[in-house]
Amino acid sequence: MPLEAHIKEHPAWFHRFDALWTPTILVMDADGVERSRIEGYLPKNWFRARLEMGLGRVAFMHKKWADAEKIYAEVAENFADTAVAAEAIYWRGVSHYKATNDHTVLGEVGIELGAKYPDNEWTLKSLPWAH
Amino acid sequence: MLVNWNKDVDAALAEAKAQNKPLLIDFSAAPA
Repeated sequence: MPLEAHIKEHPAWFHRFDALWTPTILVMDADGVERSRIEGYLPKNWFRARLEMGLGRVAFMHKKWADAEKIYAEVAENFADTAVAAEAIYWRGVSHYKATNDHTVLGEVGIELGAKYPDNEWTLKSLPWAH
Repeated sequence: MLVNWNKDVDAALAEAKAQNKPLLIDFSAAPA
């Protein structure tokens, strides 16, 4: 559900949601809790990937592990040419672990990230899983 | 694809809750 907030028409909304820069995109869950924030312009495919990540975050924070894993897997596959994909692989693994308690998936994720995105921040975050 | 933008924040929040759907808010300063 999309809502447009232009600074000239609704400056109070900027204050209400702590939007200090434009463009700012918020992904809120159905309870009105902010789950993702995008600040600044992005190329179209990166922006789409970030939006999908926001929906993944909504599912994750509601402990809908299977839904979150599916969304993250799709981001990783469909936007593999963006660095967002590395973050998606990370959270795909975490979602799977949350659903199954199978810690071996985390090690596999670390190996996958190292192979595909060796210099990415999310690869660094997965390094402890390799042990 | 045509986006049907909502124009009222409280109405959008209420509708999101009623439909159990996420809400996207686009804060912009771009010329109309």
